[in-house]
Amino acid sequence: MVEINKIREQFPILHQKVNGKPLVYFDNAATTQKPLSVIEALNTYYTKDNANIHRAAHTLAARSTEMFEDTRKTIQAFINARELEECIFTKGVTESINLVAQTWGRKFLQVGDEVVITCMEHHSNIVPWQMICEEKGAILKVIPINDSGELLMDEFDKLLSPKTKMVACVWVSNALGTINPVKEIIEKAHAVGAKVLLDGAQACSHLDVDVQTLDCDFLAISSHKLYGPTGVGVLYGKRELFEAMPPYQGGGEMIKEVSFERTSYNEIPYKFEAGTPNIGDVIAFKYALDFVNELGKENIRNHEKELLHYLVNGLLRLNETDVMSSGVETHHYASPQKTITLIGTAKEKVSVQSFIIEGMHHFDVGMMLDARGIAVRTGHHCTQPLMNRLGLDGTVRASFSVYNTKEEIDVFIEAVSKLVKK
Amino acid sequence: MRKSIEDIQEEIISNFELFEDDMESILFYLMDLGKKLPAMSEEHKTEEYIVKGCQSKVWLFPSFVEGKVIFEADSNTEITKGLVSLLVEIWIGQTPDDILNSELFFIEKIGMSRMIGSQRSNGFTSMIKQIKMYALAYKTSQ
Repeated sequence: MVEINKIREQFPILHQKVNGKPLVYFDNAATTQKPLSVIEALNTYYTKDNANIHRAAHTLAARSTEMFEDTRKTIQAFINARELEECIFTKGVTESINLVAQTWGRKFLQVGDEVVITCMEHHSNIVPWQMICEEKGAILKVIPINDSGELLMDEFDKLLSPKTKMVACVWVSNALGTINPVKEIIEKAHAVGAKVLLDGAQACSHLDVDVQTLDCDFLAISSHKLYGPTGVGVLYGKRELFEAMPPYQGGGEMIKEVSFERTSYNEIPYKFEAGTPNIGDVIAFKYALDFVNELGKENIRNHEKELLHYLVNGLLRLNETDVMSSGVETHHYASPQKTITLIGTAKEKVSVQSFIIEGMHHFDVGMMLDARGIAVRTGHHCTQPLMNRLGLDGTVRASFSVYNTKEEIDVFIEAVSKLVKK
Repeated sequence: MRKSIEDIQEEIISNFELFEDDMESILFYLMDLGKKLPAMSEEHKTEEYIVKGCQSKVWLFPSFVEGKVIFEADSNTEITKGLVSLLVEIWIGQTPDDILNSELFFIEKIGMSRMIGSQRSNGFTSMIKQIKMYALAYKTSQ
């Protein structure tokens, strides 16, 4: 059980009015809000501890280095990586994926090799692979989906061959909420000798993450979708892969020795962390992970599952009946209303629900909800190929975090009910 | 006799004042205005008449009748259609000179940017530019 009021107290941003109405923040798949502990950690870092990390003899630098590396230990435990050095700090999932495409891809992909992605990828797990495939003469293949938004695993089987060198797959779809069967995908990919990268942007705040049990080769994470600051991400990779990969960017920190003739590179993880990193935000990220750990993923998931169930029932009820604003069902006839269609109805889902309202553009729905203080995301959600597959130019997406409540969903359903009246 | 551009704007301002900043009512009102916009003939909804710079699709088809500029307009989103309808209401049937010399003071008075956000405000500016361009073209063709 989560004590929702206690949790909400930790998120000052939630306690405000937008357009004269209490804020209802349902855009958590885009970014989650930050608890006070994270905000205070940032403040403390800049008021007391700011110094550049590594290679300095003074106290502040030692302190900030220790805190920075503490976050690495926390994320290592969070994803159960075997070794600390297997966790690299990046700007976020996008940079993590680009890093793998540009280093692993450049070294190991050859003409005719194949990279497999899914139909529901975010652009950040499509474009980096297109770029490297084009450069190397490799071929991009796509696992199709059914109309509910689930991968067609039989089709995946057909795509796999000894030519498959990488399967880059979203763990949880940002647009649909589908949880993909990544364990099975990893096993099958490994059986043909391919490596697997998981885009964990949406998964890591909802699901248990154990990279050793999963046996994924790479996992990309963003802090800001996990209650942490923006501009911080993590790339997990197996040691032997990181060691075999060339550096991503050149600069300070990533070198062992530099002369004008030749440079030798630092050990991992530093080999991939050129330049001064985003120290303050990395340090604050630890507090976000602590927040999740203290609540427990299972508690978070159970709460969010309940919210999703409540939302879906509420939306479907608008289609079936004429519901008065009090929520009391009055008539059970085909109502003179615009129909709501749920987009993304996979069996295994996180608390993300896309939908469209018949005859209403998603932009308009978003603006009307904003007028009621409700924040949702509208549009293609950076998944244009998925939208094309579904024959849509966009959806309205509500996505929940642990601090959302059924009362907020009531407000949301009431606002939507006003829009669907013809 | 067509009302002056200034008078029409004053009317729009007083209509919006009725809502006392209730954003939801304002948006519903805009959608209603959009619904009242005369239907645009489908054959005019071509790539050529799409207003560039709008997030939603907006079509503006101009014609020039007896020295006055006439518009047909449409959008794929209802709120934007309401916004276009404001411009059509103000500028339809006016002379190119009046259009080119007019200043749209109603935009600030009704708090448009706060109402529709910066992205849509940019789109709205694109519509204004487009209409003024058509007016300029008709003026020089006279």
